[in-house]
Amino acid sequence: MLDLHGYGPRLLEGAGVTLQLALLSLLLALVLGLLAASAKMSRSWLLHKTATLYTTVIRGVPDLVLMLLLFFGGQMGLNLLTDLLYDRTGIDLFINLNAFAAGVLTIGFIFGAYMCETFRGAFLAVEHGQIEAGKAYGMSNWLVFRRIRFPQMMRHALPGLSNNWMVLLKTTALVSVIGLSDMVRVAAEASRATHEPFTFLIPVAVIYLMIASVSEWAFARLQKRYNVGFGEH
Amino acid sequence: MAATPLPLEVRNIKKRFGDTEVLKGLSLQAKQGDVITLIGASGSGKSTFLRCMNLLEQPDEGDLIVHGEEIRFKQTKHGREPADWKQVVRMRAKLSMVFQGFNLWSHMTLLENIIEAPVNVLGKPKKEAIDQAHALLERVGLSHRANAYPAQMSGGQQQRGAIARALAMDPEVMLFDEPTSALDPELVGDVLKVMRDLAEEGRTMVVVTHEMSFARDVSSQVIYLHEGLVEEAGAPQDVLNNPQSPRLKQFLAPKY
Amino acid sequence: MELTTWLNELLSDNLIFTPQTLGYYWEGLVTTTQLVFLSLLAGLVLAVPLAIGRSSGRRWISLPIYAYTYVFRGTPLLIQLYLIYYGVVFFDGIQETFLWPMLREAFYPALIAFTLNTAAYTTEIFRGAIKATPRGEIEAARAYGMSQALMMRRIILPSAFRRALPAYGNEVIFMLHASAIASVVTLMDLTGAARFVYARYYAPFEAFLFVAAIYLCLTFAILYFFRFLEKRLLAHLKPA
Repeated sequence: MLDLHGYGPRLLEGAGVTLQLALLSLLLALVLGLLAASAKMSRSWLLHKTATLYTTVIRGVPDLVLMLLLFFGGQMGLNLLTDLLYDRTGIDLFINLNAFAAGVLTIGFIFGAYMCETFRGAFLAVEHGQIEAGKAYGMSNWLVFRRIRFPQMMRHALPGLSNNWMVLLKTTALVSVIGLSDMVRVAAEASRATHEPFTFLIPVAVIYLMIASVSEWAFARLQKRYNVGFGEH
Repeated sequence: MAATPLPLEVRNIKKRFGDTEVLKGLSLQAKQGDVITLIGASGSGKSTFLRCMNLLEQPDEGDLIVHGEEIRFKQTKHGREPADWKQVVRMRAKLSMVFQGFNLWSHMTLLENIIEAPVNVLGKPKKEAIDQAHALLERVGLSHRANAYPAQMSGGQQQRGAIARALAMDPEVMLFDEPTSALDPELVGDVLKVMRDLAEEGRTMVVVTHEMSFARDVSSQVIYLHEGLVEEAGAPQDVLNNPQSPRLKQFLAPKY
Repeated sequence: MELTTWLNELLSDNLIFTPQTLGYYWEGLVTTTQLVFLSLLAGLVLAVPLAIGRSSGRRWISLPIYAYTYVFRGTPLLIQLYLIYYGVVFFDGIQETFLWPMLREAFYPALIAFTLNTAAYTTEIFRGAIKATPRGEIEAARAYGMSQALMMRRIILPSAFRRALPAYGNEVIFMLHASAIASVVTLMDLTGAARFVYARYYAPFEAFLFVAAIYLCLTFAILYFFRFLEKRLLAHLKPA
């Protein structure tokens, strides 16, 4: 039934690629976001400026342009580097930046900037009195972070995280442009080959909607958990 | 004898929210120049009663007669509703309301707030409405704030502005819903003074308030509500100085 | 003197920033601007009635609009673009209509996809702003005898538009960035021009960094424009 002119299995594989790509990029984005948020709030002038430059530039340039720059420019940069290595040391190395890695790196890098803003906002939203109360009862800094600041911060961060994840998920479609066989690329190829665009593109759209709906449900449950005591229903 | 119609008459208003009956049959007659004060503990139904008078709440039973014109109702699956919303709109234009929270429209200057309904509901020429608005602003002592936005004014100024907005409708009756309850104590006096002036010039007013001195000095009739019923009503000197019901006695007793 | 010789040398060494390639970028800028501006305009016009319908208590009006915004906000714009670009041929009889010469080009399918996409987002932005109208202001409008239509026109929409301004500014920037995918369906927009220059000279850094700088400038221009608008139109919400 799901044969789709023989494209069925490839489409399913493509869906797997999309999901892997999205989850790995999310992981990278979360790590980068936390790092950048800490840098932005640090007292060091250099760290602060670097993080600000990072978030400003990333959010000012289209995802696709960054992706093309990293994918094409990155390969060329790597080639230059390995050439240099060969000239100097005679070691012959060829590193091929594959589309998947380029995809994860770019998307993670881009969404790290958005995550940074989300984390920073959430961090600042925790009332100072809450922290002081923790300290007044003799909690260590780490304990205050783990038991008070983090749980309260999550309540403020979750809506932003959820939103970033939804946008990230849709952004993965762009990797099809740099040659990665995610489900969008498979569907587009199949559409061109068979002249039946709806047969392939609509199921792909439905898969995106399904992932989005499941995520929405999951985030709503998390939100409920972290909203305890704040009178939100 | 063909009397001039009463500005406002309500008969036997009943209203329930879910299982609780908040108004259990309330009536009121406002003659020209009457100032009727509704008092009572919170939850007594006084604000709901006032809001039923211009149908911001739909009463489940009872009649509403504005300047001799009876509002027609019909029964729908959602309960009782006005039969003719055009009639309601016409009626509301005759009763203008002043709210506890001022409710000035935040995207308009004070002057724009005042001319909005006269121009767009009553169809008054804009020039005329502006002239009238300036006169009203002077009356309430806010000429200098005509071009300010509500967020830029103090609560007392906003409420006096809201009274000017109500006056611009040339209303038959003015309804006041706890007009001073949201104000800082030092701002209450200015608003009450404007209301006293209005009473003195013979405006017909129905006022829900906690200000007992206003009720005593200004009103022609005081109605004390308890749990959706009239517990005691009459001239202020009788009701406030010589209360009969034990509940009203307790309500009026000094709190400290 | 030294500066000019240095500049001349730089330019003569340079294969990329010749009048010809700058011309490609200029054409790309024009296409991007047309595409983004027209789709935003059309999307805005569609979004106002849709947002009013979406806020309606009648479910047979609000539900279909919700379905539309859910689908267009829940799927990648690239899919929507492909669907319209590849799918438009399949509408019966469309090839005989006067529209065909326009739709055959990539520009109009892209314009349609972008318009439908931004209309969906803008609808939800406006709906949120309409929902956030203070209850008391609506009550005052009712108490002063305003009809539903008058209240919508004079009270709810004017204040909702102002409240929606910051979110709408983000949407405009989002559309500018999203428009980069027009290059995927062979359009020579800004990104398309950069890809062309890259392919021709195999110079990814110059080609893409230059276009990134242009996008950055455009983003800042939009940002400051909206800040200016907010300052003028949201002054009423700030205490004096």
